[in-house]
Amino acid sequence: MMDLLHRPWPWYVTGPLVGLVAVSLLVLGNKQFGVSQNLRHLCAAFVPADLTYFKYDWRRTGLWNLVFIVGVVVGGFIGGVLLANPHPVAITAAAVASLATLGITDFSRLVPRELFNWHVLLTLKGFVMIVGGGFLIGFGTAYAGGCTSGHGITGLADLQLPSLIAVISFFAAGAAASFFLLPLLVPR
Amino acid sequence: MTAYFVIGVLFGAVLTKGELVSWYRIEEALRFKGLYLYLVFASALAVAAPVFALLKRRRARSLTGEPIAIPPRVMGRGVRYVAGGALFGLGWGIVGACPGPLFALVGAGIGVMAVTILAAVVGTWTYGYLRPRLPH
Repeated sequence: MMDLLHRPWPWYVTGPLVGLVAVSLLVLGNKQFGVSQNLRHLCAAFVPADLTYFKYDWRRTGLWNLVFIVGVVVGGFIGGVLLANPHPVAITAAAVASLATLGITDFSRLVPRELFNWHVLLTLKGFVMIVGGGFLIGFGTAYAGGCTSGHGITGLADLQLPSLIAVISFFAAGAAASFFLLPLLVPR
Repeated sequence: MTAYFVIGVLFGAVLTKGELVSWYRIEEALRFKGLYLYLVFASALAVAAPVFALLKRRRARSLTGEPIAIPPRVMGRGVRYVAGGALFGLGWGIVGACPGPLFALVGAGIGVMAVTILAAVVGTWTYGYLRPRLPH
């Protein structure tokens, strides 16, 4: 029983549940599933700086989403700590081999310990990865008007062409970054 | 508001137990070495798309009484979707996490991801600052 609770969920459970999250937000209060909107709400709430993009009633449009994202943090604790998978992630042998070429050999947790810890922030590579990567995520999702959830799920499920363009673009750039930038940023 | 919190908790649990927060799963997909992430997306859309279509066709109302409507994205010249998507993709590829998972990972004990979230907020603010000068 305990093993069942700690085991990772297969794609055919995970995917439909993600779809159900988007559906339930819509049915519950006509809310569009999209996490990156919260980055905008946080700016509007704390540092609007008189910029047009941040001049809106963030409480009325975004408070539900900020509450949602606090729930995500709690859910991350439940799924990632209380029900943590004790076994290494079961990625394909081809993926293991590909990541091994980067020097990644520890597959025991959710992220490689050697890449994501407080000490790497003091290194140039680590700083570029954690801070530079985060900056690109925030700038890019705001520019595109959505991320993997807003465009990838909500927009695609609504058959919107702009979302398809954004999704193709971020998958292509993500692949390019993984192949060409990641090798430069992994500590050796 | 409680309901949104509960759905958020569910989503956070799905992200972690479904390994969508796993750096390894994201890089596996971006290096085209496994189908896992693509199957998750496909099955999520297989659930959401027909329901969205049905809700729209029935002119359904939400439980709060509002007519359900998903505002259409304005295409414009489309620059924002290509360029914005590409910049996001570069960040996604090197961090190995998109916005939802960043929050879930903080909950899962990867505290340094809070720095990535902060950097992402700065990135969004910078977009807000440069917006009038950017092509859309």
